[in-house]
Amino acid sequence: MPESTNRQAYWKANVRIIAILLGVWFVVGFFPGIFFVEQLNKFHIGGFPLGFWFAQQGSVYIFIALILVYCIWVEKLDRAYHVEEDDRGGGE
Amino acid sequence: MSIQVWTYIFVGLTFALYIGIAVASRTGTTKGFYVAGHGVPAFFNGMATGADWMSAASFISMAGLISFMGYDGVVYLLGWTGGYVLLALLLAPYLRKYGKYTVPDFVGDRYYSNAARVVAVVCAILISLTYVAGQMRGVGVVFSRFLDVPINWGIIIGVVIVYIYAALGGMRSITWTQVAQYCVLIIAYLIPAIAISMKLTGNPIPQLGFGSTLAEGQPNAGVYLLQALNDIHRELGLPDYTARKKSMQDIFAITLALMVGTAGLPHVLIRFYTVPTVRAARYSAFWALLFIAILYTTAPTVAAFARVNLIQTLNGKPYFEAPEWFTNWEKTDLIAWVDKNGDGRIDYRQGEAFAGKPVFAKEGGEDIRGQFGQLMVTNQLTDNDNELYIDRDIIVLANPEIARLPAWVVALVAAGGLAAALSTAAGLLLVISSSLAHDIGKRIVKPEMSEREELAWARAAAALAVGIAAYFGIQNFAYVAQVVAYAFGLAASSFFPILILGIFTKRTTKEGAIAGMITGMMFTLSYIVYFKTINKTAGAEDWLFGISPEGIGIIGMAVNFAVAIAVSSFTTPPPDEVQATVESIRYPLGSEK
Repeated sequence: MPESTNRQAYWKANVRIIAILLGVWFVVGFFPGIFFVEQLNKFHIGGFPLGFWFAQQGSVYIFIALILVYCIWVEKLDRAYHVEEDDRGGGE
Repeated sequence: MSIQVWTYIFVGLTFALYIGIAVASRTGTTKGFYVAGHGVPAFFNGMATGADWMSAASFISMAGLISFMGYDGVVYLLGWTGGYVLLALLLAPYLRKYGKYTVPDFVGDRYYSNAARVVAVVCAILISLTYVAGQMRGVGVVFSRFLDVPINWGIIIGVVIVYIYAALGGMRSITWTQVAQYCVLIIAYLIPAIAISMKLTGNPIPQLGFGSTLAEGQPNAGVYLLQALNDIHRELGLPDYTARKKSMQDIFAITLALMVGTAGLPHVLIRFYTVPTVRAARYSAFWALLFIAILYTTAPTVAAFARVNLIQTLNGKPYFEAPEWFTNWEKTDLIAWVDKNGDGRIDYRQGEAFAGKPVFAKEGGEDIRGQFGQLMVTNQLTDNDNELYIDRDIIVLANPEIARLPAWVVALVAAGGLAAALSTAAGLLLVISSSLAHDIGKRIVKPEMSEREELAWARAAAALAVGIAAYFGIQNFAYVAQVVAYAFGLAASSFFPILILGIFTKRTTKEGAIAGMITGMMFTLSYIVYFKTINKTAGAEDWLFGISPEGIGIIGMAVNFAVAIAVSSFTTPPPDEVQATVESIRYPLGSEK
């Protein structure tokens, strides 16, 4: 495969990963804690109304997980398309 | 030992540590000065970003604000964390690949125009200056409350410390002091939070105690904390703590504006230039959010604990039985009681007890006290039943005393507040000095200048920036604290769209970018100025789409995107070499070491 085609395919795949994860980000960021908070508050985990828990705790944890998923996923992609850096230092 | 002695010890030790680190990591190159020589590992960059990001507002004010907003605090909790997902996915890796020194640098090169560069410099300085003034004020307040140093001297001491390490080693010194400052501030935040969680719920992890039942010996023992809080609120005629008060579209707009604004703040963006690789830039965002979340998931727990504790300890209690901390903080204007019904008891109800911040009555330099010994205020009383004034900042500052923790913990909180304010101030000052020295000095005025000369410019610009920051802090414009929140709207409507378009499209032209930044910025700025100064009486029914000035940045962002895309469609496409640059930043391979 010529270099430029390979790179275009990489970029397309990269944008697809970003789009999927941003979709998840929007849903977890705004649906349980903001748009549907009242409906979810009818359910409880321990002393937390569920919607309130997402608003003040849960969504933040999911944000952290999302970034980690992105790092790992896109790194795999880098290697599959041979566009990763030679020096892998500084990651951990 | 007294609180004051402990505070001098902690503040002295931490300041000595910061200066020591700065001396050890001083630098003589522009690359070291602007981007720490691209030598910061992701883990430590994450910590430094945490300290850079969490300001006096996060540390001192946020839990207090949430305590009075209840559920509505979601706007800060999600707004100030969700932006890191945008940073990680959309900006950090590409800016690192580009590798140059500042945000205006990227804008100027990508949009092949010094006009775009200058517009970006103006935006960066405007955003950073509004932000830094609030930090200096925070430093002054901590000094005056804990060390009895007048606020203005506190500001000057803070400014001198920041200048020493910013001028010595630029980004390199700033980075490593921020790592130390993160450790100080997070320990200072967690110890009182764990203690109050233990006291109220018996659970040492605040995030779990938040959802637990109140412990034996507490009023309402055995009832879930949040349930008890809602019950107490109902008794007092207040809306439920866990219920929404603002409109849903306003909460949505403010949260999204804060997220996007976070991703457009220059002092946060430049942190991603400091790591060795693109991969490290991605992981930096992960570590940064992890370290930030430790404080951000604790803040709402402190808010709820302190609120339960405060109301249960104070409401209905005769003034002469009020705890010692009440009278201590009364002296610092952070709490006040007016006996409207003359029964000698502290009644906490809905609404403000009186107009504005307390102004205590004095006669011949002596405080005037009421019949129960309370300090008397001269403020205009309101006609509701509420008798208690509580400053939001007291929730974090007085928490250790309310939870009866030893004096050294109180002192640690002071050192933590200073760490939070100084670390953010340093990051902001670097943005201002690099914008002036590099983007204006080197890239426009005098491209032939040597590295030594550029460093001299940078140090002089840093001196100018701290001078202005100190001036703003000392002047204490009443609106400064508010303006900090608006800096996000400005960042969302100026930088964010232009950076995204610059990376993800090749077709966006300089005309499009300049027009987009200017219209986005002007729209947001005019909306804020209109509702905050010209038409102050306008209420929610006058807002565009029901969005408050805090959330309007999101419309400004949309305007910026629309204008930039529209103008680009009928102007000459960017030259080939610019399109090649856009192409090259999309792949990690070949990043500059």
